[in-house]
Amino acid sequence: MLSRTADHLFWMARYMERAENTARMLDVNYQMSLLPQSEGAAERGWRGLLSINEISGDFAKRNEAVTPKSVINYMVNDEKNGSSIRCCLMAARENARAVRGTLTTEVWETQNQTWLEFQRMVASDAFQRGPGEAFEWVKFRSHLSRGVTVGTMLQDEAFHFLRIGSFLERADNTARLLDVKFHSVENDLIGFGPGAAAARLRYGMALGPTQSQSQSQSQSGGGSQSQSQSQSQESGKDVEFDFYHWSAVLRSVSGFEVYRKVYRNVIRPERVAELLILRPDMPRSLAACMHEVLLNLQRVANEQSKDTLRMAGRLQADLQYGRIDEILATGLHAYLTQFLERVNALGAGISRDFLVPVAA
Amino acid sequence: MKAGFDEMRAADGAVREHYGGYDRWLAEQPPQVMQSRREEAEVIFRRVGITFAVYGAKEDANGQNGGTERLIPFDLIPRVIPAHEWREMERGLRQRVTALNRFIHDVYHEQEILKAGVVPADQVLGNAQFRAEMKGVEVAGNIYSHIAGIDIVRAANADGSGNYYVLEDNLRVPSGVSYMLENRKMMMRLFPDLFNRHRVAPVAHYPDLLLETLRSVAPAAVNDPTVVVLTPGMYNSAYFEHAFLAQQMGIELVEGQDLFVRDNFVYMRTTQGPKRVDVIYRRVDDDFLDPLAFRADSTLGCEGLLGAYRAGNVTLSNAIGTGVADDKSIYPFVPKMIEFYLGERPILNNVPTYVCRDPDDLGYVLDHLGELVVKEVHGAGGYGMLVGPASTAAEIEAFRGALKADPNRYIAQPTLALSTCPTFVESGIAPRHIDLRPFVLSGKTVQMVPGGLTRVALKEGSLVVNSSQGGGTKDTWILEA
Repeated sequence: MLSRTADHLFWMARYMERAENTARMLDVNYQMSLLPQSEGAAERGWRGLLSINEISGDFAKRNEAVTPKSVINYMVNDEKNGSSIRCCLMAARENARAVRGTLTTEVWETQNQTWLEFQRMVASDAFQRGPGEAFEWVKFRSHLSRGVTVGTMLQDEAFHFLRIGSFLERADNTARLLDVKFHSVENDLIGFGPGAAAARLRYGMALGPTQSQSQSQSQSGGGSQSQSQSQSQESGKDVEFDFYHWSAVLRSVSGFEVYRKVYRNVIRPERVAELLILRPDMPRSLAACMHEVLLNLQRVANEQSKDTLRMAGRLQADLQYGRIDEILATGLHAYLTQFLERVNALGAGISRDFLVPVAA
Repeated sequence: MKAGFDEMRAADGAVREHYGGYDRWLAEQPPQVMQSRREEAEVIFRRVGITFAVYGAKEDANGQNGGTERLIPFDLIPRVIPAHEWREMERGLRQRVTALNRFIHDVYHEQEILKAGVVPADQVLGNAQFRAEMKGVEVAGNIYSHIAGIDIVRAANADGSGNYYVLEDNLRVPSGVSYMLENRKMMMRLFPDLFNRHRVAPVAHYPDLLLETLRSVAPAAVNDPTVVVLTPGMYNSAYFEHAFLAQQMGIELVEGQDLFVRDNFVYMRTTQGPKRVDVIYRRVDDDFLDPLAFRADSTLGCEGLLGAYRAGNVTLSNAIGTGVADDKSIYPFVPKMIEFYLGERPILNNVPTYVCRDPDDLGYVLDHLGELVVKEVHGAGGYGMLVGPASTAAEIEAFRGALKADPNRYIAQPTLALSTCPTFVESGIAPRHIDLRPFVLSGKTVQMVPGGLTRVALKEGSLVVNSSQGGGTKDTWILEA
């Protein structure tokens, strides 16, 4: 297959996956904003979303305040924000159009239709009028895009590059989500030295004092001015807040019901981390994503791709044989930062070996 | 102007026999059917992405180009041609394209037709489309125009009958065949019952014939040739067609940047390393094929392609230099070519053409400017053209000056009354002017699918069928009685 074709396929899948993940994040924040919570917590949620995409600075330049409306508009329909759903869906469609002959008719028409419908939805202000429903629509277009790929395409190179794109992007997005959500609860809940972090997490969120402490730190760290209640009042609310916080994180990756099924236990952050990092059977976990990436990469291997395969294999093995207490001992933020770097390097390797080969 | 010829109705208003079935069907339809089917068709065309890009409206800084993709208007009423008429036309097309290919081979080799004085040598050798690079180059099967689009119109005779005329030969990179195929698919989807009631000759096997043709002209040493389609890219107006044909044939759609030449062989860059390319169905003009040989600023082609081509290591389809045979200055000589190369009488008519370099013809043209169409021989797209009946006296006088100053640049033809076909327009069903472009494939044999692309001028009275100027398309039926 042409390298340029593979490149378009890879990015088509990545952009579609990114649109889905953006919609997931927005949806969860939106749902959270419907719960009674302090303005500070709500604003922190929206800020977190911007920091996941590393675009807080760009947002601040062009928006006065962080409000649900401004963030939704920026993340859905801003033409200048490369992470917006609009830009992702258009890029996915343009990449598809460049290789429409390689896709099945169904795959192409799905991409094209998504873009056409998105424009109609924006024109009718659907994302402001009914955000929940509109985000759900984005998720389902992404489900459809993947499903129609699996259901209609020959499992040749084109298919494998699409899959690599989907799962590499998903691994990246899940890692970013985790990083920001753990950060937002505590600048480090996990941050008083590795040992303390592990211990704290092992005892879980129900430990009142630790929690209220971390909660208030986090809020002042988030710049909120709304903190006026006393520690004791907060503490009771914290447990409640934490439940909603972590269940929202789970919901944003369709993991709430999965969590219940897997752990049959109360929601604790270290289990959330384990589920989203290490569980090979959780479809949005880092382990599951890297398993798919490796599998598909092996199918397209060529003469120059040894190093890239080794990188992918090692990353996958680390996840397969890793343990959550070890990861937490390293510090979750450090771990995820390193993971993102490795995913990034892997993407560069794939690009070099397959997509834009330098040598003639 | 003479009375027009309508494809569906005779001068007395009676429905022609081959339209009888359609007419009866139409009469049975509830009034809203056509309107709702038209809306349905538009939605489907958008979803399928059967669009053409508008030139000069490339993406802006934000990558926005959503607004620049247009639909070519599709008309719901088929253009019907009785099978016996088509069989005659097919024979004529076969004959004409065969002679044209012989002509191109001749002018790049022995030039016998020039030596015999049948076609003036300076008309050919001094033609901007004559590519000296092609002199003496052997091409597979001696075929140059593997894919030819021949534009045919029907014009009324004085007695109300109609005659087919070839208006123009397109021997370089004719486009439109994807619309022929998609229009049929759309009609079958919208009106399945019509196809139950009529024996319409199928056209869907065109991509098979095309692939067979392309494979048959691969360099002789190659057993199992790799064939690709070369496109200028997704912002080209015909990109849909390029992608469509590549997909239908199951071959790669490449851009210039995907190709490179090493040791006079052409390769494409693939995920598994370089892969040899043997046949390139190129949808890029001669000028842009190879920056080393032609336009140096071209980024659409591939450096060294001409060298590989001349070495016989790759087939370009169509060949370089076919434009020398479809130029307006050469057109008047096509009937003579047929006689010269094939020893046959031409089956298809040329539009009578006055060659202004001929003093007698020039005299006639100057005397009849008000009723003729005068065309610049190298012009295209309606530029440098005088349509006598539609021009003011002042315009005619101005043109007279230009014509006298350089008569070699012009030819003239009578204003043809193009036939009309019922068409579903805003005001209902009304006659509109049409033409027909059959696609003729030449490889080991000459083949074509029945019919072609019918283009229709949607504006009342307009003769311009071009899609950039308000033209649309119709499904074309070759109907067995």
